[in-house]
Amino acid sequence: MTALARIQEMETALTPLGAEMVGALGVEAQVAFGELTLITDRDSIIEVLTALKERFGFQQLLDICGVDFPDREERFEVVYHLLSMTRNARVRVKLTTDEVQPVPSAVDVFPCADWFEREAFDMYGMLFSGHPDLRRLLTDYGFQGHPLRKDFPMTGYVEVRYDEEQKRVVYEPVKLTQEFRNFDFLSPWEGAEYPATILPGDEKAG
Amino acid sequence: MADGHAPTTPIGATDIFDDGLTDHARALDDRKFTINFGPQHPAAHGVLRLVLELDGELVTRVDPHIGLLHRGTEKLMEARTYLQNVPYLDRLDYVAPMNQEHAFCLAIEKLLGVDVPYRAQLIRVLYSEIGRILSHLLNVTTQAMDVGALTPPLWGFEEREKLMVFYERASGARLHANYFRPGGVHQDLPNDLIDDIGRWCREFPAALKDIESLVTENRIFKQRNVDIGVVSKQQALDWGFTGVMLRGSDIPWDLRKSQPYECYADLEFDIAVGKNGDCWDRYLCRIEEMKQSVHIMEQCIHKLRNCPGEPVMTENNKIVPPRRGEMKRSMEALIHHFKLYTEGFRTPEGEVYASVEAPKGEFGIYLVSDGTNKPYRVKISAPGFRSLQAMDWMNRGHMLADVSAILGSLDIVFGEVDR
Repeated sequence: MTALARIQEMETALTPLGAEMVGALGVEAQVAFGELTLITDRDSIIEVLTALKERFGFQQLLDICGVDFPDREERFEVVYHLLSMTRNARVRVKLTTDEVQPVPSAVDVFPCADWFEREAFDMYGMLFSGHPDLRRLLTDYGFQGHPLRKDFPMTGYVEVRYDEEQKRVVYEPVKLTQEFRNFDFLSPWEGAEYPATILPGDEKAG
Repeated sequence: MADGHAPTTPIGATDIFDDGLTDHARALDDRKFTINFGPQHPAAHGVLRLVLELDGELVTRVDPHIGLLHRGTEKLMEARTYLQNVPYLDRLDYVAPMNQEHAFCLAIEKLLGVDVPYRAQLIRVLYSEIGRILSHLLNVTTQAMDVGALTPPLWGFEEREKLMVFYERASGARLHANYFRPGGVHQDLPNDLIDDIGRWCREFPAALKDIESLVTENRIFKQRNVDIGVVSKQQALDWGFTGVMLRGSDIPWDLRKSQPYECYADLEFDIAVGKNGDCWDRYLCRIEEMKQSVHIMEQCIHKLRNCPGEPVMTENNKIVPPRRGEMKRSMEALIHHFKLYTEGFRTPEGEVYASVEAPKGEFGIYLVSDGTNKPYRVKISAPGFRSLQAMDWMNRGHMLADVSAILGSLDIVFGEVDR
């Protein structure tokens, strides 16, 4: 079976399931690339996840992650990936939020949401209300900023090294010995257009 | 009980222990204290810091601090083309590198709608199973080391070394292979390599039997692992466990069977499940999976011998760079080569989730594409990350010495937990 046939087969199987969920949960459903995506909002996410778990048999929450779209009014998307072993199906649930509007925490429905939400908070700074322990997870102790936001430079702001004189690790602003080579291959012959006169990261070179 | 000290909790509760102290001595001696385990500890399997709250020798709370190996892989991947990103996947679970590449390639292929030639599928499955044995060998033997044995890792690493030579002979690198590419695998396998892997498949069961004779029924190993870290079916589902963590608790779920990718549907193998969901069952599952992997590898080798010289990459030159010889003769091929190694290919706009049954569980890649030559967002969903957050409830009520046994049975590699 070719890849396209496989995707089509998945889509014919998922479309009625998606329609059923639209009727039962009041969400929006899309089927693309052989995957079912539900679009909901912050207020009904707990209701949707509970119904998916209890009525539709999606036993496992495998991941929660954020995606950043700085141009949108509500810049963050929170994406939940669920797996049903009884249906042998996956579903993705998406909602939008911004830096200040909290998303209700899914910890009560799926206990494993704990670290997923901590990671999303750490990386993007979106808030989860009702989370028992919303600390940073992956970044350094005392880290500032949210590294996976699109406006956070890839090279970061601080670097650490061990200082032989002070006999401890010191934090310093990042200094690059060479600028990051980020070629714009997308429009090499059409005249590249950059939003700012200085490329992000250039100010640290030299 | 000491004089005049009435028990306040029911008899049989685990946290009451008659240590023969008087009330005065008890007031002076506080049994509750907090210790720091790691980040540099041989039983931590990498850089894990555990803050353990103890009541005497009983663990009352575990707070894992992770991220000491956080390299920002997801951020780095947003700034590189799809082909440049493949090597980053090797550095996640570095004991089974090709399984990670596999998930990323599957995600890209799903976006592009590309078909992988049959021979390439066989090679991918062959090397994924080698990766599974690499990972399980490391895990079962170091778990034995965590509970006091010394010889099993030495014997296991000898077999791992042979497997890494097979990695090297296929890709040029023992660990960071960069061998699976979107559309197939980078190069075909030479015939004598296939023969050597076939010979290894015949020899390995004896070596595995030797390791098992040291560990499986060993009295100390069983005392340290049986009924330790028991996970019920419901807990395994609620905490998002995948792979052996799930199968050890008697849930027969394996993506290779239930959602077969590549040519797994054509291959015969069984799924091993545990009965009690304790550390020993998970160990037994891993041993049995290695035997099944050898069986899969033998079938792949048989099929590979039946299709010599068939393509191992899709022929679509808008995605796959042309062969070097072709590039020297054809202008068209040269242009494709230049464009693919500078700009790279573009994917259609959209989002996909692709997953494989990696040795440690379901390894998923969520890829958001904005239609350019670089991924807009890659989320790596690692099995070790999901298992590790269970450390707290799995350890509560266990003794301090059981922490390393439970941690060992979770099969943690920090490359993928911290990303």
